[in-house]
Amino acid sequence: MNLKRALLLAMMVFATGFAAPAFASLEIDITRGHLEPTPLAIPSFTGSSEPEREIGRQIAGVIRADLERSGLFKVLDPASYIEHQANIDLQPRFAEWRVIRADALLAGRVVIENENRVRVDMRLWDVFAETHLFGQQMGTTPENWRRIAHKIADSIYQKLTGESGYFDTRVVFIAESGPKINRTKRLAIMDQDGANPTFLTPGSYTVLTPRFSPTAQQITYLSYSSIVPSVFLFNIETGRQEVLGDFPGMTFAPRFSPDGKKVIMSLVQRGNSEIWLMDLRTRRRVRLTNSPAIDTSPSFSPDGSKIVFNSDRGGSPQLYIMNVDGSALRRITFGKGRYSAPVWSPRGDLIAFTKHYQGKFHIGVMRPDGEGERTLTTAYLDEGPTWSPNGRVLMFTRETRPGAGPHVWSIDLTGANLRRVTTPGDSSDPAWSPLIE
Amino acid sequence: MKIKLLKSLGFAAVFVVSACASDPQVTQTSTPGPTQQQPSSRPVTPVQTTQTYAPRPGSIEEFSTSAGDRIYFGYDSYTLSAQARATLSKQAAWMNSYPRVRVLLAGNCDERGTREYNLALGARRANSVKDYLVNLGVDPSRMTTISYGKERPIDPRSMGEAWSINRNTHTAIVSGASS
Repeated sequence: MNLKRALLLAMMVFATGFAAPAFASLEIDITRGHLEPTPLAIPSFTGSSEPEREIGRQIAGVIRADLERSGLFKVLDPASYIEHQANIDLQPRFAEWRVIRADALLAGRVVIENENRVRVDMRLWDVFAETHLFGQQMGTTPENWRRIAHKIADSIYQKLTGESGYFDTRVVFIAESGPKINRTKRLAIMDQDGANPTFLTPGSYTVLTPRFSPTAQQITYLSYSSIVPSVFLFNIETGRQEVLGDFPGMTFAPRFSPDGKKVIMSLVQRGNSEIWLMDLRTRRRVRLTNSPAIDTSPSFSPDGSKIVFNSDRGGSPQLYIMNVDGSALRRITFGKGRYSAPVWSPRGDLIAFTKHYQGKFHIGVMRPDGEGERTLTTAYLDEGPTWSPNGRVLMFTRETRPGAGPHVWSIDLTGANLRRVTTPGDSSDPAWSPLIE
Repeated sequence: MKIKLLKSLGFAAVFVVSACASDPQVTQTSTPGPTQQQPSSRPVTPVQTTQTYAPRPGSIEEFSTSAGDRIYFGYDSYTLSAQARATLSKQAAWMNSYPRVRVLLAGNCDERGTREYNLALGARRANSVKDYLVNLGVDPSRMTTISYGKERPIDPRSMGEAWSINRNTHTAIVSGASS
């Protein structure tokens, strides 16, 4: 499993900044080559009919795009492939894949079993070890082929890096249009790669800051659809919207608990915002903070025991951590600058945040004890990070320069692979879904 | 001071437009639609209007011209400047003269902050205006507050002058004014 070790090492080196000698005993030269994306060959999936081959071309295209976008892989140009396998169950001629310098080969086949069902078989081969890494079979309805492609990309990512993928996911965000002083903001959802964008609200009222439920097809967000702006729940399957709780004031900055059973948010009373926790089933609510300062942007640790939030109780916006009952409060940011919008990594090891310093905005990460701060991005405005479900990638809102419209961008935790995410028009406030079941 | 002056002129103009529909003394042809807004890179030039008539007593127009419907804040601040307090005194006097008037106090922020923090800051700005008006005798039941955070800029430019204009609390009359 040389390939897997090489990729893991590449990720670790990015993440920790360790120098090469630490791994010298593993006989893998990580000072060269392995920090380069791993080259893969992904021919179009085969089929015994033209409709099957058409789906096969599309599936291979989506897998190539997913893996390329991760920054960890380079998909070799299909025009360079020498062998054209007719039967993916037979061992490929490895020498012909080594010639084009592929480390691994993905081979797949599409079978339309009937008008309601497509089956996809795939095999991943290690070209240098000349071994079969794994094979999979998946079935779905014909129009659902993109999800099969994403699931295959996730399987490859997991097999080669040892970590779960993030391709079969969706992103909820705010689609923006119109002039700056009369902006239309709609709740929207799309696949992680920008496909299938759909508006969920009409644009006649402003919506902000959506967040995905970690366990259900549900979104929580701030809506100005009623006289008092309030936190709402949106059921993606039914389209039903409901205001969350009968609070005596404006509620905002909602986020789900890791078990999906509670929502934490800010409530404004007499101009003062405090953090409240609400049980979705019993609708019982508890106030967790009690200070005349701004207390907002709460985010749970993945084990549900702690909450990181934004407060200006020390004179400027900084990050604080408390236990889920409000006890053991302590400040974790002491660096120069104004810190806000914290989000706890799903892996638990890091907190991502927005930092405003010397006229620029940054996305950064630090450990929950406040140590190990790293700045990942810099722009006129970068804000509101959200984690991929595997904790390896962040999406955020960026305005590249003054007056440029906002767009969703992504960056790896390593600080590499900065990309603009495909959205229909201007976009902001992305929130990543968990892996779809 | 200059900014302040320009803005009050600008807002007088806006309210002339909105009041003109039912006012036969003014001839005004069209209201600029949202698609005609200037691109954000160009500065907004205040429209100079000469008033040739007196606003009707108790009207929204009179409120905005005689008292001013917006007060401004410093960066990340919700404390009221002397100028803001002077404007609010006039707002309170006017509201005390027209006790049927109800208002919405909307707190706004500039774009140099993150979204949720600005929602909290806007709530503070709206509330500090409400508290001040209550102290000047305005019944709190006549006032509701809302925060728009950085979502409702009135100056689209990305520069200091625009940011200081966009840090405000807007007193919007929602009912009880004469038309």
